[in-house]
Amino acid sequence: MTIAPEKKDATGNSNKMLFAMVGIGLMCALLIVLTYEGTKPIIAKNKAAALEQAIFKVLPGTATTAGYVWTGEAFAPLDDTGADGKRIYAGFSESGELTGFALPATGQGYAGDIRVLYGYDPAQEALVGFYVLESKETPGLGDKIEKDAAFLANFEALSVALNADGSALKEEVQYAKSGEKENPWEIDGITGATISSRAVTEALSASTAEWVPKIYQTKDQFQPQSQSHE
Amino acid sequence: MNKPTDKPGFFAALEDSPSADTFLRGLWKDNPVFVQVLGMCPVLAVTNTAENALAMGLATAFVLLMSNVLVSSLRQFIPKQVRIASYILIIATFVTITDYAIQAISVELHKSLGAFISLIVVNCLILSRAEAFASKNKIGQSVLDALGMGVGFTFALLCLGVVREVLGNGSIFGLALFPDTFQEWIVMVLPAGGFFTLAIWLLLFNILKQKRATT
Repeated sequence: MTIAPEKKDATGNSNKMLFAMVGIGLMCALLIVLTYEGTKPIIAKNKAAALEQAIFKVLPGTATTAGYVWTGEAFAPLDDTGADGKRIYAGFSESGELTGFALPATGQGYAGDIRVLYGYDPAQEALVGFYVLESKETPGLGDKIEKDAAFLANFEALSVALNADGSALKEEVQYAKSGEKENPWEIDGITGATISSRAVTEALSASTAEWVPKIYQTKDQFQPQSQSHE
Repeated sequence: MNKPTDKPGFFAALEDSPSADTFLRGLWKDNPVFVQVLGMCPVLAVTNTAENALAMGLATAFVLLMSNVLVSSLRQFIPKQVRIASYILIIATFVTITDYAIQAISVELHKSLGAFISLIVVNCLILSRAEAFASKNKIGQSVLDALGMGVGFTFALLCLGVVREVLGNGSIFGLALFPDTFQEWIVMVLPAGGFFTLAIWLLLFNILKQKRATT
């Protein structure tokens, strides 16, 4: 058995293999780029629409929305520069009055992060809406945070009133066992979804404690604009 | 594969034609889930509702069809030594395309299918059809094979999805079936329910097959 002819074969073959792999690779890359470019505007539009729908859900009576980003000292209108920072969305009624603010918050649930959007109404000093943007909670148990009517009723008017000098919340949002809610700043948990409802409470508690005072102090600067969020 | 049968009527005629046989094999005789037991990850994980099952089945069928077409048309060109790498590359491309397409169709749907779209890449059903069929047959036959297997896979996923959604959630395609007094079997929408449902379907299929074999 000689090795020489096989070697010759191998060089010829490796060239062929190289061409085949590079050719297929290029073709695949082209296909992916074409699809990416083709679907990009549609996907961006869908995501923006989904977010806008969520804002409408958490802020009753909202007709238009505007995005803002926290620059460190104040909220600046969200533009296409993609500035980093906490994003909030202001909602306005048809007559141009401020209906409130929608804020995203994230908590550690039973199965990964739970991303929620909540509506804050500075006139009532209360949370007025709640929507789960993303969760991987167990169907039938943890996902009750999206469906349980008694739990969602917590967010019809959850008090986040400020203290006298407006620097912090009078009472932070707290968790209460199911059926033991006594104060307007407590969230009534769900039996069988303790971890998930506690995660939501913690996400809201941390987020409201940090952002509600900042928004309340600057609430007069928010005016309806023609620009909308991304 | 293609011997004449003595069954009367439509199905006999179908089974005698080689193209229809290719198609029907995937749909019924070699059903990817109930007979070949391939691609169990999506079968168990994404069938908690009928809608998810249908979307997953269609996405897989699309990837299967496109990869079969491409593998079959490039079969003279791909050297034997790098064929698996080439197939995976082709499959991965179409999975990525599907991923973008689903995002463009509905953000909600993309949310509920989650990571399982990307995992179509490693669905052994698709690689097995590329290797066992498309790399050895003409494009027309490969298309039929992909359609048969794809429809068969979707059908199987739907079988599981419908049962699990009705029992676990009291609804079908999101429409409530029962009054509020219905106590949902939550276990059916959890992973364990997937195993139960699959086992029962496999049992039914094997009983059917045995009955056919004896008669």
